Amino acid sequence: MEKTISSRLTDFGRYGIFLAFLIICIVLAFSTPKFFTVSNLMIIGTQVSINALLAFGVTFVIITGGIDLSLGSMVAVAGVVTAMFAHPDTYPLVVPLLAGIGAGVLLGAFNGLVITKSKVPPFIVTLGTMTIGRGLALILSKGRPISNLSDSFNFIGGGTVFGVPFPIVILILAFIICSVVLNKTILGRYMYAVGGNEPAARASGIHVTKVKMWVYTISGLLSAIGGILLTSRITTGQPNAGAGFELDAIAAAIIGGTSTSGGTGTMTGTLIGALLIGVIGNSLDLLNVTSYYQQVVMGVIIIGAVVLDGLGKKD
Amino acid sequence: MSDFILSVRNLSKSFSGIKALDAVQFNLKRGEVHSLMGENGAGKSTFMKILIGLLKPDSGEIIFEGQNLEEGHTGDKLKKGISMIHQELLVVPELTVAQNIFLGREKRVSGRNAFFSGWLNDSDINRPAAQLMEQMGVNIAPDTKMKYLSVAQMQMVEIAKAISNEAKIIIMDEPTSAISDKEVATLFNIIRDLKSKGVSVIYISHKMDEIFAISDTITVLRDGKYVGSKPANDLDRNSLISMMVGRELTQMFPKPERNFGKEVLAVRGLSKKGKFTNIHFNVRGGEILGLAGLMGAGRTEIARAIFGLDKPDSGEVVLSGNEKAIHSPRAALKSGIGYVSEDRKGLGFIPGMSIKDNMTLSSIFRHRKGIFINEESEMYATDQMVLDLQIKTSGIDKKVTLLSGGNQQKVVIGRVLLASPDIVILDEPTRGVDIVAKFEIYKLIRDLTKQGIAIIMISSELPEILGMSDRILVLSKGKQTALLSREEATQELIMKYAVA
Repeated sequence: MEKTISSRLTDFGRYGIFLAFLIICIVLAFSTPKFFTVSNLMIIGTQVSINALLAFGVTFVIITGGIDLSLGSMVAVAGVVTAMFAHPDTYPLVVPLLAGIGAGVLLGAFNGLVITKSKVPPFIVTLGTMTIGRGLALILSKGRPISNLSDSFNFIGGGTVFGVPFPIVILILAFIICSVVLNKTILGRYMYAVGGNEPAARASGIHVTKVKMWVYTISGLLSAIGGILLTSRITTGQPNAGAGFELDAIAAAIIGGTSTSGGTGTMTGTLIGALLIGVIGNSLDLLNVTSYYQQVVMGVIIIGAVVLDGLGKKD
Repeated sequence: MSDFILSVRNLSKSFSGIKALDAVQFNLKRGEVHSLMGENGAGKSTFMKILIGLLKPDSGEIIFEGQNLEEGHTGDKLKKGISMIHQELLVVPELTVAQNIFLGREKRVSGRNAFFSGWLNDSDINRPAAQLMEQMGVNIAPDTKMKYLSVAQMQMVEIAKAISNEAKIIIMDEPTSAISDKEVATLFNIIRDLKSKGVSVIYISHKMDEIFAISDTITVLRDGKYVGSKPANDLDRNSLISMMVGRELTQMFPKPERNFGKEVLAVRGLSKKGKFTNIHFNVRGGEILGLAGLMGAGRTEIARAIFGLDKPDSGEVVLSGNEKAIHSPRAALKSGIGYVSEDRKGLGFIPGMSIKDNMTLSSIFRHRKGIFINEESEMYATDQMVLDLQIKTSGIDKKVTLLSGGNQQKVVIGRVLLASPDIVILDEPTRGVDIVAKFEIYKLIRDLTKQGIAIIMISSELPEILGMSDRILVLSKGKQTALLSREEATQELIMKYAVA
C-alpha cells in the first residue's frame, strides 16, 4: 500500500533521530580521520556509559508520566558511600558495591514513597531529593573527596574485558536488561499504561502505586551503578560529582523520543539519544570547537528533536 | 434560493485516498434546526470541520449568505458567521464567565485597548455578559469562575459566546450527552429562542427522541455519502434508522432469558455522604439489573463504590454470600467484578496503546511465563475476543485511538471480559455509539447473561433500560425509590419514581 504523507512524517518522527545519528556519524567519519578509530569509539562508549545508565532509569520514570531530578545527587551519594568501603585491605569488593547500590535504591524508593503517598508532583519531590542527596554526600564525606581506593575496585571504571572497557560492558548489559523489562515484562506494560492514562490504568486493576515505586527505585539503582562507575573511573568518591547529570540524562531520553507527557518512549531511542550527545561532544572536541559552542549545539538538538517528534505526530 | 443561509453542493473530501465525504449536499434555512444524523464514521465531524474552517474541502461549493466561497478562503469567511459548541467544551476553567465569553475580544467589547492602554476592568465585560445571560433567560453570574459551573451551565456560556459573536449558524455537537433532562429542556428553550431570532442551528446527536423533539429538517449521511434530507415530520424512528443503516433493523433488543442462577452480588445499606443513601439490591447470575434515574441520581457513584474506585461511608457488598471489603479496582477485578465506565476516554482505555495491549491490560497476569509476557497466548486471547465482539479492525496491533467510538467501547468491554468476571457493571454502555454498534452491544450483553454472568446496567436511555433489564432499580437524588419487574415497568412509571 502506498504510504501517506502523514504516515511518512510519523515514520520520520520515529526513525528521524536514528537517521540523524547515522548521518552525523558518516559526516564525522569523513571530516576527521580520528573519529572512526577503535580507540576513539571506545572513548565515546566509556564517556556515554554513565549518562546512558541514568537515561535508562529516567526513561522508565518519564514513561510513567513522572520525572526524576535527583539522578545526579544519587550518583554522588552512591559514589561517596561506595568509596567509604572501598579502601584497600578493608572489605571484600562486594561490600562497597552493595553499599553504593543500596544507597541509590533507598533514595529512589524514598522518591517513590513520597510521590505515591503525598501526591506532591514528582518534579517537586525529586527536586527536594536532589538537594537532600547532595547534602548527604557532603555530610558522609565531610565535604572532602574520598581517595585511596583498592585496585580491584578501580578496575570497574578503568579495566577492560577482551579489550572492551568495562563501563561499555555494563552499558550493554543494562541496555539489554532495561529493554527486556520495558518490552517483555508485565511491569513494563504497566508502566506504559500508568503514563498513558493513570485513572484508566487504576480502573483496569493495575496497582499504580507499586508501578511508581518500581520506576523510581530502578532509577535510583541505575544512578547508583552510574555513581560507582564514576567513582571507580576517577578513583575518588567526590561529594560534588554528578551535578547536572540529571539534565543530560533527561535530554537523552527526550532526544530519543520519550514524551514528557508520559506513555511513550523506548530504550533504543534513549540509547541513541545518549550516543548522539556523546558523539557530538566528542566530535566537536576533535574538530577543536570550544565547549561553549558545544552547549549551544546541544540545546538546539534537544529542541529540534522534540519539534521533529511533534511534526511526526500531527495528522 | 435566498432563504438558505448555507448551501453546500457536492462537497467531497478524502483522507489518504479514502473518501470521508462524497458529494454531500446540505441546505440550511434561516432560523431552522437542522439535525445531521449518521453512524459514527459517516462523515459528520469531517463535514463540520470544513464548515468551521478547520479543514479544506477537495471539491464542491459552499454558498454562505448568497456568496460562493472560493476554495482556500472558507476558513476566514465562515468563521465570522458560524460557531460550534463542541461536545467536549472548550472553556478556561480558571477564568470567569464573562472572561470566557469575550476571550480574545476584550478590547472590542470594553472599548479599550487592553494591551496598550493599561488595565482591563472586569466590569467592562461583566455588564455585556450579564445582558447576554438575561436575553437567554439564564441565571449565571458573569463573575463566577467557569470551574464552578455545571456542564449544562458551561454549555449556556458557550452559546452566549456564539451569540455575542453574532453567529448566524450555531453547530451543536452532542450537546445533551452530559446534562440532565431538566437542563435539556432549558437548552431546547434557548434553541427555540435562537430560531425565532433567525439563527440557524445544526444539531448533531445520537438520541432519537431529541432529534424528533427539536428538528425541523433531518439530513442523513452514511459512509460519507449524502442519503437524503427530509422534514422531520415526514420521518419516524424506524424510517430514520433505516435511512441511517441502509437496512431495516427488525428487533433492537434481543429476547430476554429467564434462567437466573444464584444471587452473586448483594448490596446492603450502602451509603456515601452527598452521593447516595441506604442502597439495597441484589443481582443473580444471568440477570440484568437496570439502574435508572436522572443525571445526578447517584447511579455512577454506586457503581464506583462497588468497584472500589470510591470508598463508601457505610454498608456492605456481599459476593456469593461472603462479605467482601473492596478497596480498589484491583481487588474488585480479583473478586470477579468488572466495570465498564461511562467515561470511556478517562477510565476506559489507554490512548497510546494498541488494541491488544488495552484488551489484555486487566488480565495480563494470565499470559505470563515468570515475569515475562507470553505474547503468543496474549495474541490468541485477544484474537478470540475481537472475533466474539465483532470488533472491526485491520489488526490488533493498531492503536486503539484509530477505532470508531463503538469499537473502542467494545475494546473496553473486551478488556473487562478477559478478566473473566462474574458480575459486569455497564455504565452507559452505548453512549456515543452508533446504532449498529448499539445493536451488537445489546446482543453481546444478552449473550453474557446466557453464560451466567450477572449484569448491572446503568443507562439514561429509557428504551434501553426497558428493553434490556430483567429488573429495574430506580434512583432519585441518591435514594432508591422503586424496584420494578420487567413486566410492570413503563417509561411513565420509571419517570415517576425518578423524579420522586
